[in-house]
Amino acid sequence: MLRKAERLVLPGVGAFGACMKALSERGFDQLVRERVAAGTPLLGVCVGMQMLFEESEEFGMTPGLKLLHGRVRRFSDELLVPQVGWNQIRQRVAHPLLEGIEDTAFFYFVHSYYCEPAEGEVVLGETDFGIRYASVVARENLCGVQFHPEKSQAAGLRLLTNFATGAF
Amino acid sequence: MLAKRIIPCLDVDQGRTVKGIRFIALVDAGNPVEQAKRYEAEGADELTFLDITASSGRRDIVADLVQRVADEIFIPFTVGGGLRSLDDMCAVLRSGADKVSLNTAAIEQPEIISESAQTFGSQCVVVAVDARRRNAGIASEGWEVFTHGGRRPVGLDALEWAARAEKLGAGEILLTSMDRDGTKDGYDIELTRAISDSVRIPVIASGGAGKLEHFYEALTTGGASAVLAASLFHFGQYKIADVKNYLRGRGVVVR
Repeated sequence: MLRKAERLVLPGVGAFGACMKALSERGFDQLVRERVAAGTPLLGVCVGMQMLFEESEEFGMTPGLKLLHGRVRRFSDELLVPQVGWNQIRQRVAHPLLEGIEDTAFFYFVHSYYCEPAEGEVVLGETDFGIRYASVVARENLCGVQFHPEKSQAAGLRLLTNFATGAF
Repeated sequence: MLAKRIIPCLDVDQGRTVKGIRFIALVDAGNPVEQAKRYEAEGADELTFLDITASSGRRDIVADLVQRVADEIFIPFTVGGGLRSLDDMCAVLRSGADKVSLNTAAIEQPEIISESAQTFGSQCVVVAVDARRRNAGIASEGWEVFTHGGRRPVGLDALEWAARAEKLGAGEILLTSMDRDGTKDGYDIELTRAISDSVRIPVIASGGAGKLEHFYEALTTGGASAVLAASLFHFGQYKIADVKNYLRGRGVVVR
């Protein structure tokens, strides 16, 4: 059924390692790589976005799906971690995923780790939390958002609609 | 910037809200889903449902409510009240809640905090701390943790308990002042500040909101990340937008 899907969403809640393990136990890691290579649009949400990268600092270094270059790092201990609540996306470039969404719109975040892409050109949007970090990324048919669009009211639903209907 | 959160709280019994919302004339006042939709539309950042159902079939009743809320609400919501085991929490989370709030169960068996954090992630484990001053007038004598609506002291210091809950894996502390709850005299700012200083996780202040400046005090002097209120919103004294406009005017970042 997943092979036949026209678009895929990779959700993720909890620990990076546990999510990767859950994927690989079912062989979904291979399937995700296969479908992304075949051009199926994929949206990673929260830890699902983080898993697109090479590795995460969570519980030592844990390897990810390596579909994007870069790694996942923990917020500074100086901050109140996890970041819980509504924060803004500063849009860096226009993209079909962000169509119709106001710049600096608020989305709902819950996370202790953030993505640090090695290539700046994949970054569509950034968020300030102690540092400025990549909260929306995309390359070709691959998209990732650190926030939870399904919990972000109208702006989140618009983003999901954009993903479901946009040309990637 | 991360915005400070305004969280209305709904008390639910047998799947119905116990206190109706007076200002809602057009919707069923006892229907928590309708109330939740109203608050969502008015700009609530999250919702908290406190279940007080005491019957044997409560788990099914709660799961059914949670599912109906999850189908229609697109902001995060927490469910608390009577969750005793990982199975209880699992049922609520699987039905669509984003977080669970633990109180008595966490005090009686603190390992449930670490077990649930490991199973579901710290981000969905809220530990509710109901605290009462040892001496009403003197904050330096500290606060004691109570259960059963502030009737039963459990012999724990609130600051120590909050710090321990964080170590065990709690992702947030929902802090209620039993001295102020229902009084409209304002949040216990000294308590809120003391707990905020004792932990490195977000603190949600609860109990005592009666005026707009009370929210401001809790979020600034008190150091809280979020403020929770029930009757103030239910009875229409203020709308969520009133609170947000006031806070924005005083320089607090809100959505």
